[in-house]
Amino acid sequence: MAWFKREKKSLESVPPDERRVRTEGMWIKCEACAAILWKKDLDTNWQVCPKCEHHFKLGSVKRLELLLDDAEWTEHDAALASNDPLAFVDTKPYKLRLKDAQKKLGMADAILTAEGHLNGRPLICCSMEFGFIGGSMGAVVGEKVTRAIELCLEKQLPLVIVSCSGGARMMEGTISLMQLAKISAALARLDDARLPFISILTDPTTGGVTASYAMLGDLNIAEPGALIGFAGPRVIEQTIRQKLPEGFQRSEFLLQHGFLDAVVHRRDLKRYISTSLDFFLA
Amino acid sequence: MDAIRKKREIDRLEKDVEELRRLASKGSDEELERLHREVEELKREFYRHLGAWQRTQLARHAHRPYTLDYINMLFEEWCELHGERGFADDPAIVAGLARFHGQACVVVGHQKGRDTKQKVLRNFGMPKPEGYRKALRVMQLAAKFRRPIFTFVDTPGAYPGMDAEERGQAEAIARNLREMARLPVPIIVTITGEGGSGGALAIAVGDRVNMLENSIYSVISPEGCASIMWREAARAEEAANALKITAHDLLQIGIVDEIVPEPEGGAHHDPEGAARLLEPVLARTLEELLPQPPEKLLKARYEKFRRMGQNVIS
Ligand SMILES: [Zn+2]
Repeated sequence: MAWFKREKKSLESVPPDERRVRTEGMWIKCEACAAILWKKDLDTNWQVCPKCEHHFKLGSVKRLELLLDDAEWTEHDAALASNDPLAFVDTKPYKLRLKDAQKKLGMADAILTAEGHLNGRPLICCSMEFGFIGGSMGAVVGEKVTRAIELCLEKQLPLVIVSCSGGARMMEGTISLMQLAKISAALARLDDARLPFISILTDPTTGGVTASYAMLGDLNIAEPGALIGFAGPRVIEQTIRQKLPEGFQRSEFLLQHGFLDAVVHRRDLKRYISTSLDFFLA
Repeated sequence: MDAIRKKREIDRLEKDVEELRRLASKGSDEELERLHREVEELKREFYRHLGAWQRTQLARHAHRPYTLDYINMLFEEWCELHGERGFADDPAIVAGLARFHGQACVVVGHQKGRDTKQKVLRNFGMPKPEGYRKALRVMQLAAKFRRPIFTFVDTPGAYPGMDAEERGQAEAIARNLREMARLPVPIIVTITGEGGSGGALAIAVGDRVNMLENSIYSVISPEGCASIMWREAARAEEAANALKITAHDLLQIGIVDEIVPEPEGGAHHDPEGAARLLEPVLARTLEELLPQPPEKLLKARYEKFRRMGQNVIS
């Protein structure tokens, strides 16, 4: 009984989005097929439902463990943090939001930059964290991605970015918007240098992240069922005043419309990246 | 609210002065002149201290000059080009060839409509992917023939509709951002009205970014921000302040290079006056950029955007 209680207590720090998934404590109801899953099974299966293959969100660190050899890497720019340039306050001061997210996740902002190996090949991999203010992109994410690109240029390494983000971070205003331009300019240099960039789009990838680096990969690869778009579904529904059809803005839809190279299951992702880099590089 | 009351007060005073002047048929009455000057000073003071929300309303004013107005007033031999060679021509973005002070150039800009029919035709200045792709096609034409580019930014945002998503709104914007960063010709950007997020930025990566005094430039509309933050679009005024979207704010943060003054009361009071104030800024900027070799231009453009946000992290 004791651990049920403990589990419940830790719920308070879980954002409402994830709460639905975890209310059963050690058991989780799949949001897609409604199967009751043992949490541990889900963990060992990289957060993919063993019954229906639904892809739950994977944390930024787990993502690196999935992709990088021996779960080993060197992190870059780990300490970069926002200083709340606009002194932004909505229902809660942005400063406090940052502090809470930092405490909850043990990271300074919504992305990790890792230098490691993928099937023996050295590369730079950026991994976004949705739990950190919706994976939103402000000056820190913009700066870290740009530095990651510049590191690739300096060391002649390929780049992989795993996106998971609601878009630009409102609380840093137009500064957030400028990160789209900053990163895209750096990607132009990476492109000129003929270094590969593989963009991995996971659920969700929307707004300014999609409208910049997530769509600019030499390959754009998405996980199954991921929400991918520029405008969010709610905004579109308000514009057209009707419900969106099932599957709209999901990976398979984007594949059909020509914006993805492939939809790849999480368990095949590492092999897929590895094989494609083998085609591009010696 | 306060600003509106103050503006009414000024209008009332102004009417009083006019009335007095009419009555005192001589027209050289000293007292009258003094009153007149005071009202003028009050007016200047009022417009200097407009808040973000008042400026938002000016930026969206129905009589504000739009891209084609500026083209008519500032450029010669305008020759509009259509289509992105893939799907359709998007009237929410205009692009074409023109001459500025005799120099052959390319002009690209968002286009809003003035009457209902035009508004619908121009989709309220909200481009679809084919609009951004047209913009890029014409800008690449400029690069090919080494012609400078002027862009005029005035959009509530990229169109958030089903068809736009289906045809890759995000991809179109992203591609423009990357490609504009490496077009080897001068790009002079002017935010003339609403700089609505990614839909604005998609034609706003340039060597110089100027903002008209009453234009705004934001990652999200004040209404959108308010409805996300407080679930209440009515708190847009608060959101407008919090987002720091005015030309003065953004000059201070280092996101824009120069503020272009507008005629008193805003560009809609005197469109030709607005164009007259913009012209020397464009001329001077072009003169600065035109002689620069492409490598130098591109390096400076990269560094300009590279710096953005660097001072707000620790
Ligand atoms: Zn399932």
